[in-house]
Amino acid sequence: MNDQTLMQAHLAAARPQVIAALTRSFRDIDLAEDGFQEASLRALKRWHADGIPRHPTGWLVRVGRNVIIDRLRKLDRESALGDVQLQMLAVDTEAALMEAIDRAELRDDVLRLLFMCCHPDLTAQDQLALALKVVVGLPTPRIARAFVVKPRTMEQRLTRARRRAAEVAESIDTPTREQRLHRLEAVSTMVYLLFSQGYSGSDGDAHIRSELCNEAIRLARLLLDLFPSQPELIGLLALCLLQHARRDARMTTDGLLIPLDKQDRSKWHAEPIREGRNLVQKALRKGHPGPMQLQAAIAALHCEASTAEQTDWAQIEQLYRLLYEMTPSPIVALNHAVAVHKVDGADAALMQLDELDNDLQDYLYYHSTRAGLLVELGQITEARKAYQRALDLQPSHAEAHYLKKRLSSIERK
Amino acid sequence: MYYSILIYAQEGVWERLTEQEQEAALEQHRQLQAECEKEQTLGPVVRLGATSGAVTVRQRSGKPMTLDGPFAETKEHLLGIYLVKCSSIDEAIAAAKKLPQGIACYEVRPVMWSNADQ
Repeated sequence: MNDQTLMQAHLAAARPQVIAALTRSFRDIDLAEDGFQEASLRALKRWHADGIPRHPTGWLVRVGRNVIIDRLRKLDRESALGDVQLQMLAVDTEAALMEAIDRAELRDDVLRLLFMCCHPDLTAQDQLALALKVVVGLPTPRIARAFVVKPRTMEQRLTRARRRAAEVAESIDTPTREQRLHRLEAVSTMVYLLFSQGYSGSDGDAHIRSELCNEAIRLARLLLDLFPSQPELIGLLALCLLQHARRDARMTTDGLLIPLDKQDRSKWHAEPIREGRNLVQKALRKGHPGPMQLQAAIAALHCEASTAEQTDWAQIEQLYRLLYEMTPSPIVALNHAVAVHKVDGADAALMQLDELDNDLQDYLYYHSTRAGLLVELGQITEARKAYQRALDLQPSHAEAHYLKKRLSSIERK
Repeated sequence: MYYSILIYAQEGVWERLTEQEQEAALEQHRQLQAECEKEQTLGPVVRLGATSGAVTVRQRSGKPMTLDGPFAETKEHLLGIYLVKCSSIDEAIAAAKKLPQGIACYEVRPVMWSNADQ
Protein backbone atom coordinates (compact mmCIF):
# COMPACT_ATOMS: atom_id res chain seq x y z
CA MET A 1 0.00 0.00 0.00
CA ASN A 2 1.30 3.43 -0.96
CA ASP A 3 2.39 5.22 2.19
CA GLN A 4 1.25 8.62 1.02
CA THR A 5 -2.32 7.67 0.14
CA LEU A 6 -2.68 5.74 3.37
CA MET A 7 -1.52 8.69 5.45
CA GLN A 8 -3.87 11.00 3.57
CA ALA A 9 -6.72 8.61 4.31
CA HIS A 10 -5.85 8.68 8.02
CA LEU A 11 -5.64 12.46 8.02
CA ALA A 12 -9.00 12.82 6.29
CA ALA A 13 -10.64 10.37 8.67
CA ALA A 14 -9.24 12.16 11.73
CA ARG A 15 -9.98 15.70 10.58
CA PRO A 16 -13.44 16.28 12.11
CA GLN A 17 -12.38 15.03 15.53
CA VAL A 18 -9.12 16.98 15.52
CA ILE A 19 -10.69 20.25 14.37
CA ALA A 20 -13.43 19.78 16.96
CA ALA A 21 -11.01 19.16 19.83
CA LEU A 22 -8.79 22.10 18.82
CA THR A 23 -11.80 24.38 18.49
CA ARG A 24 -12.75 23.59 22.06
CA SER A 25 -9.23 24.19 23.35
CA PHE A 26 -8.81 27.54 21.65
CA ARG A 27 -12.38 28.62 20.93
CA ASP A 28 -11.44 29.62 17.45
CA ILE A 29 -12.21 27.68 14.28
CA ASP A 30 -9.57 29.44 12.19
CA LEU A 31 -6.84 28.61 14.68
CA ALA A 32 -8.09 25.05 14.84
CA GLU A 33 -7.91 24.71 11.07
CA ASP A 34 -4.40 26.18 10.99
CA GLY A 35 -3.36 23.82 13.76
CA PHE A 36 -4.71 20.83 11.91
CA GLN A 37 -3.05 21.94 8.70
CA GLU A 38 0.36 22.25 10.30
CA ALA A 39 -0.05 19.05 12.31
CA SER A 40 -0.92 17.23 9.09
CA LEU A 41 2.24 18.47 7.41
CA ARG A 42 4.30 17.27 10.32
CA ALA A 43 2.43 13.99 10.35
CA LEU A 44 3.31 13.32 6.73
CA LYS A 45 7.00 13.67 7.58
CA ARG A 46 7.02 11.88 10.91
CA TRP A 47 4.67 9.06 10.02
CA HIS A 48 6.63 8.38 6.89
CA ALA A 49 9.66 7.71 9.06
CA ASP A 50 8.09 6.22 12.19
CA GLY A 51 4.95 4.60 10.81
CA ILE A 52 1.40 5.65 11.47
CA PRO A 53 0.74 5.96 15.21
CA ARG A 54 -1.87 3.78 16.85
CA HIS A 55 -3.97 6.82 17.62
CA PRO A 56 -3.63 9.25 14.75
CA THR A 57 -6.38 11.49 16.14
CA GLY A 58 -4.63 11.82 19.51
CA TRP A 59 -1.31 12.43 17.80
CA LEU A 60 -2.76 15.18 15.62
CA VAL A 61 -4.58 16.88 18.50
CA ARG A 62 -1.42 16.89 20.59
CA VAL A 63 0.78 18.27 17.83
CA GLY A 64 -1.94 20.68 16.71
CA ARG A 65 -2.22 22.09 20.22
CA ASN A 66 1.51 22.59 20.47
CA VAL A 67 1.61 24.30 17.10
CA ILE A 68 -1.14 26.69 18.10
CA ILE A 69 0.38 27.44 21.50
CA ASP A 70 3.72 28.23 19.85
CA ARG A 71 1.98 30.47 17.40
CA LEU A 72 0.05 32.30 20.11
CA ARG A 73 3.26 32.83 22.04
CA LYS A 74 4.95 34.26 19.01
CA LEU A 75 2.05 36.51 18.27
CA ASP A 76 2.20 37.64 21.86
CA ARG A 77 -1.44 36.98 22.21
CA GLU A 78 -1.09 35.23 25.53
CA SER A 79 -3.26 37.82 27.15
CA ALA A 80 -6.18 36.59 25.13
CA LEU A 81 -6.00 33.22 26.79
CA GLY A 82 -4.24 34.06 30.00
CA ASP A 83 -0.74 32.93 30.91
CA VAL A 84 -1.82 30.29 33.36
CA GLN A 85 -4.17 28.69 30.93
CA LEU A 86 -1.52 28.56 28.27
CA GLN A 87 0.87 26.88 30.63
CA MET A 88 -1.78 24.43 31.64
CA LEU A 89 -2.41 23.57 28.05
CA ALA A 90 1.29 23.04 27.46
CA VAL A 91 1.65 20.75 30.48
CA ASP A 92 -1.48 18.94 29.52
CA THR A 93 -0.24 18.20 26.04
CA GLU A 94 3.12 16.96 27.22
CA ALA A 95 1.63 14.68 29.80
CA ALA A 96 -1.26 13.56 27.70
CA LEU A 97 -1.15 10.02 26.49
CA MET A 98 -2.46 9.87 23.00
CA GLU A 99 -5.28 7.65 24.13
CA ALA A 100 -6.27 10.13 26.77
CA ILE A 101 -8.65 12.12 24.61
CA ASP A 102 -11.80 11.99 26.61
CA ARG A 103 -14.38 10.26 24.48
CA ALA A 104 -17.32 11.93 26.16
CA GLU A 105 -15.69 15.30 25.61
CA LEU A 106 -14.78 14.51 22.04
CA ARG A 107 -18.29 13.54 21.07
CA ASP A 108 -19.65 16.83 22.34
CA ASP A 109 -16.83 18.61 20.54
CA VAL A 110 -17.64 17.03 17.19
CA LEU A 111 -21.33 17.61 17.70
CA ARG A 112 -20.69 21.23 18.61
CA LEU A 113 -18.52 21.77 15.55
CA LEU A 114 -21.23 20.42 13.27
CA PHE A 115 -23.85 22.36 15.16
CA MET A 116 -21.91 25.57 14.60
CA CYS A 117 -22.22 24.93 10.90
CA CYS A 118 -26.02 24.73 11.21
CA HIS A 119 -26.22 28.27 12.54
CA PRO A 120 -29.87 29.26 12.08
CA ASP A 121 -28.88 32.55 10.44
CA LEU A 122 -27.26 30.68 7.58
CA THR A 123 -29.15 29.40 4.56
CA ALA A 124 -29.32 25.64 4.23
CA GLN A 125 -26.84 25.73 1.38
CA ASP A 126 -24.35 27.86 3.31
CA GLN A 127 -24.63 25.48 6.24
CA LEU A 128 -23.68 22.60 3.96
CA ALA A 129 -20.89 24.57 2.34
CA LEU A 130 -19.44 25.51 5.71
CA ALA A 131 -19.59 21.93 6.99
CA LEU A 132 -17.90 20.71 3.82
CA LYS A 133 -15.17 23.29 4.24
CA VAL A 134 -14.48 23.12 7.96
CA VAL A 135 -15.46 19.60 8.98
CA VAL A 136 -14.75 17.62 5.84
CA GLY A 137 -11.95 19.83 4.54
CA LEU A 138 -13.15 19.90 0.94
CA PRO A 139 -11.29 22.59 -1.05
CA THR A 140 -13.38 25.68 -1.87
CA PRO A 141 -13.31 25.20 -5.68
CA ARG A 142 -14.80 21.72 -5.22
CA ILE A 143 -17.54 23.07 -2.96
CA ALA A 144 -18.23 25.77 -5.52
CA ARG A 145 -18.56 23.09 -8.17
CA ALA A 146 -20.98 21.12 -6.04
CA PHE A 147 -23.29 24.09 -5.73
CA VAL A 148 -22.57 25.42 -9.23
CA VAL A 149 -21.34 28.85 -8.18
CA LYS A 150 -18.10 30.65 -9.00
CA PRO A 151 -15.22 29.80 -6.64
CA ARG A 152 -14.86 33.49 -5.82
CA THR A 153 -18.53 33.71 -4.81
CA MET A 154 -18.23 30.59 -2.71
CA GLU A 155 -15.15 32.02 -1.04
CA GLN A 156 -17.09 35.12 0.00
CA ARG A 157 -20.05 33.14 1.19
CA LEU A 158 -17.82 30.88 3.23
CA THR A 159 -16.08 33.84 4.84
CA ARG A 160 -19.42 35.27 5.92
CA ALA A 161 -20.67 31.92 7.14
CA ARG A 162 -17.48 31.32 9.04
CA ARG A 163 -17.82 34.62 10.84
CA ARG A 164 -21.29 33.64 12.00
CA ALA A 165 -20.16 30.25 13.19
CA ALA A 166 -17.20 31.79 15.00
CA GLU A 167 -19.57 33.56 17.36
CA VAL A 168 -20.74 30.19 18.56
CA ALA A 169 -17.19 28.91 18.91
CA GLU A 170 -16.45 31.53 21.52
CA SER A 171 -19.01 30.16 23.93
CA ILE A 172 -17.95 26.61 24.54
CA ASP A 173 -20.20 24.71 26.91
CA THR A 174 -21.04 21.23 28.02
CA PRO A 175 -24.51 20.72 26.62
CA THR A 176 -27.37 19.49 28.76
CA ARG A 177 -29.16 16.34 27.70
CA GLU A 178 -31.90 18.37 25.99
CA GLN A 179 -29.41 20.57 24.21
CA ARG A 180 -27.52 17.52 23.07
CA LEU A 181 -30.67 15.97 21.61
CA HIS A 182 -31.61 19.24 19.97
CA ARG A 183 -28.15 19.53 18.41
CA LEU A 184 -28.23 15.95 17.27
CA GLU A 185 -31.49 16.56 15.52
CA ALA A 186 -30.28 19.70 13.78
CA VAL A 187 -27.04 18.05 12.76
CA SER A 188 -28.77 14.89 11.50
CA THR A 189 -31.03 17.02 9.37
CA MET A 190 -28.02 18.80 7.93
CA VAL A 191 -26.24 15.53 7.15
CA TYR A 192 -29.33 14.23 5.40
CA LEU A 193 -29.61 17.47 3.47
CA LEU A 194 -26.02 17.06 2.38
CA PHE A 195 -26.83 13.56 1.23
CA SER A 196 -29.92 14.74 -0.65
CA GLN A 197 -27.95 17.53 -2.29
CA GLY A 198 -25.75 14.84 -3.76
CA TYR A 199 -28.46 12.29 -4.36
CA SER A 200 -31.41 14.17 -5.78
CA GLY A 201 -29.72 17.36 -6.86
CA SER A 202 -29.29 17.90 -10.54
CA ASP A 203 -26.70 20.61 -9.95
CA GLY A 204 -23.03 19.99 -10.51
CA ASP A 205 -21.52 16.98 -12.20
CA ALA A 206 -22.27 13.42 -11.22
CA HIS A 207 -18.83 12.85 -9.75
CA ILE A 208 -18.98 15.70 -7.27
CA ARG A 209 -22.54 14.74 -6.31
CA SER A 210 -21.51 11.22 -5.53
CA GLU A 211 -18.71 12.69 -3.42
CA LEU A 212 -21.28 14.66 -1.41
CA CYS A 213 -23.20 11.45 -0.76
CA ASN A 214 -20.06 9.72 0.42
CA GLU A 215 -19.15 12.59 2.72
CA ALA A 216 -22.66 12.56 4.19
CA ILE A 217 -22.35 8.84 4.82
CA ARG A 218 -19.00 9.39 6.52
CA LEU A 219 -20.45 12.08 8.75
CA ALA A 220 -23.38 9.83 9.62
CA ARG A 221 -20.91 7.09 10.54
CA LEU A 222 -18.90 9.48 12.65
CA LEU A 223 -21.98 10.67 14.53
CA LEU A 224 -23.18 7.14 15.09
CA ASP A 225 -19.76 6.13 16.32
CA LEU A 226 -19.96 8.90 18.92
CA PHE A 227 -23.63 8.36 19.82
CA PRO A 228 -24.20 4.65 19.23
CA SER A 229 -27.51 4.47 21.08
CA GLN A 230 -29.46 7.04 19.08
CA PRO A 231 -31.96 5.09 16.97
CA GLU A 232 -32.55 8.03 14.63
CA LEU A 233 -28.82 8.24 13.90
CA ILE A 234 -28.82 4.54 13.08
CA GLY A 235 -31.77 5.30 10.81
CA LEU A 236 -29.93 8.17 9.18
CA LEU A 237 -26.92 6.05 8.26
CA ALA A 238 -29.16 3.21 7.09
CA LEU A 239 -31.26 5.52 4.93
CA CYS A 240 -28.21 7.05 3.25
CA LEU A 241 -26.62 3.65 2.64
CA LEU A 242 -29.78 2.10 1.22
CA GLN A 243 -30.47 4.97 -1.15
CA HIS A 244 -26.87 5.30 -2.25
CA ALA A 245 -26.79 1.54 -2.92
CA ARG A 246 -29.04 2.21 -5.91
CA ARG A 247 -26.85 4.93 -7.39
CA ASP A 248 -25.72 3.00 -10.46
CA ALA A 249 -29.22 1.91 -11.41
CA ARG A 250 -31.19 5.10 -11.11
CA MET A 251 -30.12 7.02 -14.18
CA THR A 252 -29.69 6.30 -17.84
CA THR A 253 -26.39 7.20 -19.45
CA ASP A 254 -27.94 10.48 -20.64
CA GLY A 255 -28.94 11.39 -17.11
CA LEU A 256 -32.61 10.43 -17.25
CA LEU A 257 -34.09 9.25 -13.98
CA ILE A 258 -35.21 5.63 -13.98
CA PRO A 259 -38.16 4.92 -11.66
CA LEU A 260 -37.64 2.31 -8.96
CA ASP A 261 -39.74 -0.39 -10.63
CA LYS A 262 -37.80 -0.08 -13.89
CA GLN A 263 -34.31 -0.19 -12.38
CA ASP A 264 -31.93 -3.02 -13.12
CA ARG A 265 -31.66 -4.44 -9.63
CA SER A 266 -28.50 -6.34 -10.41
CA LYS A 267 -26.79 -2.93 -10.42
CA TRP A 268 -27.74 -2.29 -6.81
CA HIS A 269 -24.78 -2.63 -4.48
CA ALA A 270 -25.24 -5.61 -2.19
CA GLU A 271 -22.89 -4.58 0.62
CA PRO A 272 -24.48 -1.28 1.66
CA ILE A 273 -27.90 -2.92 1.38
CA ARG A 274 -26.77 -5.64 3.76
CA GLU A 275 -25.36 -3.05 6.14
CA GLY A 276 -28.40 -0.80 5.85
CA ARG A 277 -30.87 -3.62 6.50
CA ASN A 278 -28.98 -4.71 9.57
CA LEU A 279 -28.96 -1.14 10.87
CA VAL A 280 -32.72 -0.81 10.33
CA GLN A 281 -33.32 -4.01 12.27
CA LYS A 282 -30.99 -2.85 15.02
CA ALA A 283 -32.69 0.53 15.29
CA LEU A 284 -36.25 -0.76 15.26
CA ARG A 285 -35.70 -3.29 18.00
CA LYS A 286 -35.12 -0.37 20.34
CA GLY A 287 -38.80 0.44 20.04
CA HIS A 288 -38.48 4.21 19.42
CA PRO A 289 -39.28 4.61 15.75
CA GLY A 290 -38.71 8.03 14.23
CA PRO A 291 -38.90 9.55 10.77
CA MET A 292 -35.37 8.51 9.75
CA GLN A 293 -35.89 4.93 10.88
CA LEU A 294 -39.22 4.66 9.10
CA GLN A 295 -37.85 6.05 5.85
CA ALA A 296 -34.90 3.69 6.15
CA ALA A 297 -37.26 0.78 6.79
CA ILE A 298 -39.20 1.68 3.64
CA ALA A 299 -35.98 1.90 1.64
CA ALA A 300 -34.93 -1.47 3.08
CA LEU A 301 -38.18 -3.09 1.95
CA HIS A 302 -37.62 -1.80 -1.56
CA CYS A 303 -34.07 -3.12 -1.54
CA GLU A 304 -35.13 -6.52 -0.24
CA ALA A 305 -37.42 -7.22 -3.19
CA SER A 306 -35.50 -8.98 -5.93
CA THR A 307 -38.09 -7.84 -8.47
CA ALA A 308 -40.41 -4.82 -8.37
CA GLU A 309 -43.40 -7.20 -8.24
CA GLN A 310 -42.11 -8.77 -5.05
CA THR A 311 -42.12 -5.47 -3.18
CA ASP A 312 -43.94 -5.73 0.14
CA TRP A 313 -46.27 -2.81 -0.55
CA ALA A 314 -48.61 -3.68 2.31
CA GLN A 315 -45.85 -3.11 4.82
CA ILE A 316 -44.62 -0.02 2.99
CA GLU A 317 -48.15 1.39 3.10
CA GLN A 318 -48.27 0.87 6.87
CA LEU A 319 -44.87 2.49 7.34
CA TYR A 320 -45.91 5.54 5.33
CA ARG A 321 -49.05 5.77 7.41
CA LEU A 322 -46.90 5.79 10.57
CA LEU A 323 -44.51 8.29 9.01
CA TYR A 324 -47.42 10.56 8.19
CA GLU A 325 -48.61 10.42 11.78
CA MET A 326 -45.18 11.59 12.91
CA THR A 327 -44.46 14.09 10.15
CA PRO A 328 -47.75 15.03 8.51
CA SER A 329 -46.42 16.63 5.34
CA PRO A 330 -48.20 16.58 1.98
CA ILE A 331 -45.14 14.96 0.39
CA VAL A 332 -45.37 12.03 2.79
CA ALA A 333 -49.09 11.83 2.03
CA LEU A 334 -48.27 11.70 -1.67
CA ASN A 335 -45.84 8.84 -1.13
CA HIS A 336 -48.42 7.13 1.01
CA ALA A 337 -50.94 7.44 -1.81
CA VAL A 338 -48.49 5.71 -4.16
CA ALA A 339 -48.34 2.80 -1.72
CA VAL A 340 -52.14 2.83 -1.36
CA HIS A 341 -52.33 2.52 -5.14
CA LYS A 342 -50.33 -0.71 -4.99
CA VAL A 343 -52.36 -2.13 -2.12
CA ASP A 344 -55.93 -0.86 -2.67
CA GLY A 345 -55.91 0.25 -6.30
CA ALA A 346 -55.98 3.46 -8.29
CA ASP A 347 -59.42 4.57 -7.09
CA ALA A 348 -58.43 4.65 -3.44
CA ALA A 349 -55.14 6.39 -4.23
CA LEU A 350 -56.83 9.04 -6.36
CA MET A 351 -59.28 9.83 -3.59
CA GLN A 352 -56.37 10.37 -1.24
CA LEU A 353 -54.59 12.57 -3.76
CA ASP A 354 -57.63 14.80 -4.19
CA GLU A 355 -57.26 15.87 -0.59
CA LEU A 356 -53.76 17.13 -1.37
CA ASP A 357 -54.86 19.24 -4.28
CA ASN A 358 -54.44 22.57 -2.47
CA ASP A 359 -51.11 21.79 -0.87
CA LEU A 360 -49.40 20.28 -3.88
CA GLN A 361 -50.84 22.35 -6.72
CA ASP A 362 -47.32 23.48 -7.69
CA TYR A 363 -45.60 20.19 -7.10
CA LEU A 364 -44.61 18.40 -10.26
CA TYR A 365 -44.73 14.86 -8.88
CA TYR A 366 -48.21 15.38 -7.55
CA HIS A 367 -49.47 15.96 -11.06
CA SER A 368 -47.41 13.24 -12.71
CA THR A 369 -48.52 10.70 -10.08
CA ARG A 370 -52.11 11.78 -10.49
CA ALA A 371 -51.80 11.53 -14.25
CA GLY A 372 -50.59 7.95 -13.96
CA LEU A 373 -53.58 7.01 -11.83
CA LEU A 374 -56.00 8.73 -14.20
CA VAL A 375 -54.58 6.84 -17.16
CA GLU A 376 -55.09 3.60 -15.28
CA LEU A 377 -58.71 4.55 -14.58
CA GLY A 378 -59.27 5.43 -18.24
CA GLN A 379 -59.80 9.14 -17.61
CA ILE A 380 -57.60 10.18 -20.49
CA THR A 381 -58.71 13.80 -20.82
CA GLU A 382 -58.04 14.43 -17.14
CA ALA A 383 -54.73 12.58 -17.38
CA ARG A 384 -53.64 14.75 -20.31
CA LYS A 385 -54.41 17.86 -18.29
CA ALA A 386 -52.42 16.56 -15.37
CA TYR A 387 -49.35 15.78 -17.50
CA GLN A 388 -49.66 19.19 -19.11
CA ARG A 389 -49.79 20.80 -15.68
CA ALA A 390 -46.66 18.89 -14.66
CA LEU A 391 -44.88 20.07 -17.79
CA ASP A 392 -45.78 23.65 -16.93
CA LEU A 393 -43.95 23.36 -13.62
CA GLN A 394 -40.44 23.70 -15.04
CA PRO A 395 -39.37 20.09 -15.04
CA SER A 396 -35.68 19.32 -15.44
CA HIS A 397 -34.56 18.12 -18.85
CA ALA A 398 -34.82 14.50 -17.71
CA GLU A 399 -38.26 14.94 -16.16
CA ALA A 400 -39.63 16.77 -19.18
CA HIS A 401 -38.43 13.97 -21.41
CA TYR A 402 -40.22 11.40 -19.27
CA LEU A 403 -43.44 13.41 -19.06
CA LYS A 404 -43.58 14.02 -22.80
CA LYS A 405 -43.08 10.35 -23.46
CA ARG A 406 -45.99 9.51 -21.18
CA LEU A 407 -48.13 12.19 -22.71
CA SER A 408 -47.51 11.01 -26.26
CA SER A 409 -48.23 7.41 -25.24
CA ILE A 410 -51.73 8.36 -24.10
CA GLU A 411 -52.32 10.53 -27.14
CA ARG A 412 -52.18 7.34 -29.16
CA LYS A 413 -54.92 5.73 -27.09
CA MET B 1 -3.47 -27.11 13.07
CA TYR B 2 -5.33 -23.94 12.26
CA TYR B 3 -3.98 -20.52 13.03
CA SER B 4 -6.20 -17.50 13.01
CA ILE B 5 -5.20 -14.20 11.48
CA LEU B 6 -7.30 -11.47 13.05
CA ILE B 7 -7.47 -8.27 11.04
CA TYR B 8 -7.58 -5.08 13.06
CA ALA B 9 -7.84 -1.61 11.58
CA GLN B 10 -9.20 1.81 12.24
CA GLU B 11 -12.67 2.20 10.90
CA GLY B 12 -13.20 5.02 8.46
CA VAL B 13 -9.82 4.72 6.77
CA TRP B 14 -10.76 2.05 4.23
CA GLU B 15 -13.60 4.22 2.95
CA ARG B 16 -11.16 7.04 2.36
CA LEU B 17 -9.14 5.03 -0.13
CA THR B 18 -9.97 5.26 -3.81
CA GLU B 19 -11.58 2.31 -5.56
CA GLN B 20 -8.28 1.46 -7.23
CA GLU B 21 -6.45 1.45 -3.91
CA GLN B 22 -9.14 -0.72 -2.36
CA GLU B 23 -8.96 -3.04 -5.33
CA ALA B 24 -5.17 -3.33 -4.97
CA ALA B 25 -5.56 -4.28 -1.30
CA LEU B 26 -8.30 -6.79 -2.05
CA GLU B 27 -6.13 -8.28 -4.76
CA GLN B 28 -3.48 -9.09 -2.13
CA HIS B 29 -6.15 -10.85 -0.10
CA ARG B 30 -7.28 -12.82 -3.11
CA GLN B 31 -3.71 -13.84 -3.83
CA LEU B 32 -3.19 -15.22 -0.35
CA GLN B 33 -6.52 -17.00 -0.54
CA ALA B 34 -5.63 -18.53 -3.90
CA GLU B 35 -2.25 -19.68 -2.58
CA CYS B 36 -3.73 -21.29 0.50
CA GLU B 37 -6.52 -22.78 -1.57
CA LYS B 38 -3.92 -24.47 -3.72
CA GLU B 39 -2.11 -25.85 -0.71
CA GLN B 40 -5.48 -26.85 0.75
CA THR B 41 -4.74 -24.91 3.91
CA LEU B 42 -7.48 -22.32 3.67
CA GLY B 43 -10.15 -22.40 6.36
CA PRO B 44 -13.07 -20.00 6.69
CA VAL B 45 -12.43 -16.37 5.73
CA VAL B 46 -14.69 -13.69 7.09
CA ARG B 47 -15.06 -9.98 6.48
CA LEU B 48 -17.05 -8.24 9.20
CA GLY B 49 -19.39 -5.29 8.82
CA ALA B 50 -18.77 -1.94 10.51
CA THR B 51 -19.10 -1.90 14.29
CA SER B 52 -21.90 0.68 14.03
CA GLY B 53 -24.09 -2.27 13.14
CA ALA B 54 -23.00 -4.28 16.16
CA VAL B 55 -24.80 -4.99 19.39
CA THR B 56 -23.27 -6.65 22.41
CA VAL B 57 -25.14 -9.21 24.47
CA ARG B 58 -24.06 -9.11 28.08
CA GLN B 59 -25.48 -10.30 31.34
CA ARG B 60 -27.03 -7.64 33.55
CA SER B 61 -28.78 -8.60 36.79
CA GLY B 62 -28.91 -12.19 35.72
CA LYS B 63 -30.39 -11.55 32.30
CA PRO B 64 -28.76 -11.25 28.90
CA MET B 65 -29.14 -7.63 27.83
CA THR B 66 -28.22 -6.02 24.54
CA LEU B 67 -25.99 -2.99 24.42
CA ASP B 68 -25.26 -0.87 21.38
CA GLY B 69 -21.95 -1.01 19.68
CA PRO B 70 -18.99 -3.36 19.74
CA PHE B 71 -17.74 -5.15 22.83
CA ALA B 72 -14.56 -3.10 23.14
CA GLU B 73 -14.43 0.65 22.82
CA THR B 74 -11.16 0.79 20.99
CA LYS B 75 -9.82 2.69 18.05
CA GLU B 76 -8.85 -0.44 16.16
CA HIS B 77 -11.68 -2.79 15.39
CA LEU B 78 -11.79 -6.40 14.37
CA LEU B 79 -12.65 -6.27 10.68
CA GLY B 80 -12.05 -9.80 9.53
CA ILE B 81 -10.75 -13.26 10.27
CA TYR B 82 -8.75 -15.88 8.39
CA LEU B 83 -8.27 -19.47 9.46
CA VAL B 84 -5.21 -20.98 7.82
CA LYS B 85 -3.78 -24.45 8.38
CA CYS B 86 -0.15 -24.04 9.39
CA SER B 87 2.43 -26.30 10.95
CA SER B 88 3.95 -23.48 12.96
CA ILE B 89 3.34 -19.91 14.02
CA ASP B 90 6.13 -18.89 11.65
CA GLU B 91 4.09 -20.10 8.71
CA ALA B 92 1.07 -18.22 9.96
CA ILE B 93 3.13 -15.06 10.39
CA ALA B 94 4.47 -15.48 6.87
CA ALA B 95 0.89 -15.64 5.61
CA ALA B 96 -0.07 -12.50 7.55
CA LYS B 97 2.88 -10.65 6.06
CA LYS B 98 1.46 -11.24 2.60
CA LEU B 99 -1.61 -9.20 3.44
CA PRO B 100 -1.73 -5.42 2.77
CA GLN B 101 0.37 -3.72 5.41
CA GLY B 102 -0.12 -0.29 6.91
CA ILE B 103 -3.85 -0.29 6.38
CA ALA B 104 -4.40 -2.94 9.04
CA CYS B 105 -2.48 -4.97 11.57
CA TYR B 106 -2.76 -8.69 11.94
CA GLU B 107 -2.96 -10.63 15.17
CA VAL B 108 -1.84 -14.21 14.72
CA ARG B 109 -3.27 -16.66 17.25
CA PRO B 110 -3.50 -20.43 17.39
CA VAL B 111 -6.94 -21.98 17.03
CA MET B 112 -7.75 -24.42 19.83
CA TRP B 113 -10.84 -25.87 18.26
CA SER B 114 -12.76 -25.17 15.11
CA ASN B 115 -15.61 -26.84 13.29
CA ALA B 116 -13.41 -26.47 10.20
CA ASP B 117 -11.31 -29.22 11.79
CA GLN B 118 -14.15 -31.71 11.98
